[in-house]
Amino acid sequence: MNYLKRFGSFWYHFVVGDDWRIAGGVVIGLTLVAFLTHSVQIQVWWLLPVMVVIMLSLSLWHATRRR
Amino acid sequence: MHTFLLLASVFLASIVEGVEALTIVLAMGTTRGWRSTWYGVGAALVVLAIFVGVLGPALTLIPINVLRLVVGGLLLTFGLQWLRKAILRASGFKPLHDEAAIFDKAAAASRKVKHTEKKAMVDDWYAFTIAFKGVLLEGLEVAFIVVTFGANQGSIPLAVVAAVAAILVVVAIGVRVHQPLSQVPENTLKFVVGIMLTSFGIFWGSEGAGVHWPGSDAALFGVIALIAVTAFSQVTWLRRQHDRLTNTKARTT
Repeated sequence: MNYLKRFGSFWYHFVVGDDWRIAGGVVIGLTLVAFLTHSVQIQVWWLLPVMVVIMLSLSLWHATRRR
Repeated sequence: MHTFLLLASVFLASIVEGVEALTIVLAMGTTRGWRSTWYGVGAALVVLAIFVGVLGPALTLIPINVLRLVVGGLLLTFGLQWLRKAILRASGFKPLHDEAAIFDKAAAASRKVKHTEKKAMVDDWYAFTIAFKGVLLEGLEVAFIVVTFGANQGSIPLAVVAAVAAILVVVAIGVRVHQPLSQVPENTLKFVVGIMLTSFGIFWGSEGAGVHWPGSDAALFGVIALIAVTAFSQVTWLRRQHDRLTNTKARTT
């Protein structure tokens, strides 16, 4: 059990890293782009770059605000 | 042009991780002997080769749009982690990676372990496991980048060549100077690789989600420019904020 926990923890940190909000934002961003492109059929090529800029800024703000 | 950017990204990422792995290997080799350390390095390289050899071809069997969506998402998450860390380091909010300090710490820890446990053909199990873990963990990031970049661009062997070339460069310099490569501008390299991984992640992830980029492949350069400008602006802004905080603290004490 301990081994499984450590194994899971390693992969979590490997993929998700220091800020889970970034990984969450990436999943939401890609889902939104796929939904808008396939279901609403509008071209939103600009959406993910904009979301990434906002996510990175928020994550950095969060990491530095309490110092 | 995409292929060149891909190779450059893999090469630079491999240099960064290679330098970090070399520090651990040197610490073990110089304090506990080279034989078991080299066994550890060799075993880790075999595991990494199997990882790339199995996962690489398996990924190419996935339909290209699904592959781009999944791999784009992973690269984006990965790239943002690198970029975030590099920005925090460049602005002073996080200490820079100090290879000399890491080497001293690893060497001191290994000197404390007095006994040398012998297992199978390995004379010093401690040196073997530390070298194995160090190379495997640092190498896993490179292997991941090699596999994802290579599979998406349809050129895994080229990505492998770029990674191996970088590792050979690091090993050659390491053997020559026989000390941690503290002079390598690791954070600058990490910053550049972070921008590239994030940009490729946005580009492929969006394509996988069904987006058609205006200007087709040339749009990648626009994405790279956007991420680079954002990252540099963040460094400038955070550096000012860090200086202000440091000055305020100095005045109050």
